[in-house]
Amino acid sequence: MATVKLSSPATGLLAGGRTRRSAPARRATVIRAAAGSYADELVSTAKSVASPGRGILAIDESNATCGKRLSSIGLDNTEANRQAYRQLLLTTAGLGEYISGAILFEETLYQSTTDGKKFVDCLKDQNIMPGIKVDKGLVPLPGSNNESWCQGLDGLASRCAEYYKQGARFAKWRTVVSIPCGPSALAVKEAAWGLARYAAIAQDNGLVPIVEPEILLDGDHGIDRTLEVAEKVWSEVFFYLAQNNVLFEGILLKPSMVTPGAEHKEKASPETIAKYTLTMLRRRVPPAVPGIMFLSGGQSEVEATLNLNAMNQSPNPWHVSFSYARALQNSVLKTWQGRPENMEAAQKALLVRAKANSLAQLGRYTGEGESDDAKKGMFQKGYTY
Amino acid sequence: MVSATVLKSSFLPKKSEWGATRQAAAAKPATVSMVVRASAYADELVKTANTIASPGRGILAMDESNATCGKRLASIGLENTEANRQAYRTLLVTAPGLGQYISGAILFEETLYQSTVDGRKIVDVLVEQGIVPGIKVDKGLVPLAGSNNESWCQGLDGLASREAAYYQQGARFAKWRTVVSIPNGPSELAVKEAAWGLARYAAISQDNGLVPIVEPEILLDGEHGIERTFEVAQKVWAETFYAMAENNVMFEGILLKPSMVTPGAEAKDRATPEQVAEYTLKLLHRRIPPSVPGIMFLSGGQSEVEATQNLNAMNQGPNPWHVSFSYARALQNTCLKTWGGVPENVKAAQDALLLRAKANSLAQLGKYTSDGEAAEAKEGMFVKNYSY
Repeated sequence: MATVKLSSPATGLLAGGRTRRSAPARRATVIRAAAGSYADELVSTAKSVASPGRGILAIDESNATCGKRLSSIGLDNTEANRQAYRQLLLTTAGLGEYISGAILFEETLYQSTTDGKKFVDCLKDQNIMPGIKVDKGLVPLPGSNNESWCQGLDGLASRCAEYYKQGARFAKWRTVVSIPCGPSALAVKEAAWGLARYAAIAQDNGLVPIVEPEILLDGDHGIDRTLEVAEKVWSEVFFYLAQNNVLFEGILLKPSMVTPGAEHKEKASPETIAKYTLTMLRRRVPPAVPGIMFLSGGQSEVEATLNLNAMNQSPNPWHVSFSYARALQNSVLKTWQGRPENMEAAQKALLVRAKANSLAQLGRYTGEGESDDAKKGMFQKGYTY
Repeated sequence: MVSATVLKSSFLPKKSEWGATRQAAAAKPATVSMVVRASAYADELVKTANTIASPGRGILAMDESNATCGKRLASIGLENTEANRQAYRTLLVTAPGLGQYISGAILFEETLYQSTVDGRKIVDVLVEQGIVPGIKVDKGLVPLAGSNNESWCQGLDGLASREAAYYQQGARFAKWRTVVSIPNGPSELAVKEAAWGLARYAAISQDNGLVPIVEPEILLDGEHGIERTFEVAQKVWAETFYAMAENNVMFEGILLKPSMVTPGAEAKDRATPEQVAEYTLKLLHRRIPPSVPGIMFLSGGQSEVEATQNLNAMNQGPNPWHVSFSYARALQNTCLKTWGGVPENVKAAQDALLLRAKANSLAQLGKYTSDGEAAEAKEGMFVKNYSY
């Protein structure tokens, strides 16, 4: 990449894109999207994931986190148990009616069922796009107010290329922003810049990037403060995505909904959450982005569904849907308890939640028949993924 | 401003600073629902913006400075006197039924305080016609030091009090036009200055009750192809929205005035209306959040018919924002020539204005056909190095 000499008055001529030349008039007439040769496929993958009545099943828990899930039902954290659990989820018949994509952890991308069928093939047979978590987790951010940053850019290009070969078609990178810690301008910029770089690299290697800056639920702040921070975060994210020449028609977003903090004295109704969240989206998300797949972040299964439903009561310029982990898996896990004889019931439980969220995506969910368990919040203070 | 406070204290923050930050954060937004640090005029701004961005309507830009208006008058053999400027502007604003097609009129300061030749305030005439009065508030382009012979737009000094006075006089929207030149780069500096100036102007305008029209004109001059225009436009709008967000501009209460994405005036390949529409809509989809109520295109030297055809092509399907016009030359050209400064021609001139206004109204609805357009209306109006 040519560097810019600071002394000349013609410094910083915007020749467009990555290199700076002194004769912009004679530039080639190519729009330098990061997508490169995968542009069409990225657009069609993103559209497929953002299809009406469907959303994402997030099952990309790291081995450590998956271990917590397993131990909550008395199981050891072994590869066999992780395989058994993911098999239960991914072989659920009819899942593809409600689920358009599944985010996997690296181990799972390379795993098969006990009969030897690759998990990615199980997914493809159901028209579910396989996705892959590509970040390398959160670590402390020096110079910040005890905030975090997300690692993973080193070697990302080759990792993504390998995952594409294995059958993945979208990627996911989760960074966080903490309102109680500020957030500092540094933390916000680092989050946004990291996401933008990851997105460009992912597209360059054929993977639709899911862009996830999670504004953590922790805190006693009110919903107005969340809105303010969300607007700042997304403004930075889109600015840097543009600077990195990311193709907006080939990305998906995974925002947190705009809600009060978990320790705030007043809870907000689904209608209020919808109003604030849609206001934020309308202010920050250009219509070129095909899909916005919300994270559940500690909301109960029913809350997450109700809130999504409230956001889909009238047409939106983008597909507004879900990418839920706990809010889809909680009841499933409890029903299974690690017992083979419970597998069918557990898969049914998954379909119940998947269908509920599918209806919510279409704005047609009614809360009838929901169990009490499904209504229990899953917020954990200081939760680490 | 919370974000500015956080910026300052983010480097090795001390505990006490954080307390101050969080207090500042808690103090203001808690009592303002939905709109962070909005002006007292928030509701009115949204209403005004939506009125201007109403279906089948667009803006008549008649804010030519006295010098530029003088050029218009000279082209039909008239002297540049206040009386002549008044006569011409009277002709425009009293065209019967203009408000059916025109939702807003941008005025120059002189006109905002003028009356028609029969003594009615021009702002009152406009309001009666159902047309929102607007006002040009920038103080023109001057050379940008450290750039590649580029310009920047002046006007922030005293802007707040100017706008407060304009609001009292009846203006309800403002306009600020800066330019970006592709043959000159554009340089990173020129783009950032353009975006920042627009964002500051927009924030000050909203604070004083005026809906800001945000106009970074990417000049037609140059031999670049349409892809290059597209690239530059993406950059300019990314910077502009970023700067506006930093300035806490309320997007539901602004209007945009972009240039369409076309090849440069001296490019060898011309583009069809469909191509212009394709590139321009792609730009809008990538850069404009749906909360912005209206996008009112400038004509920038296109012929009257070109400007209408291009707008029509952009409205062949539903858009997430009102996509319309804010035309000066492309509405006034034939009207001016028809008038020729002759009182007996006023009615014919007004008919010519209404004809173009109606054509563009149809284009906004995607229902325009070019049957019956006069040859003159098809003549391009590009002037190299045009200064407004």
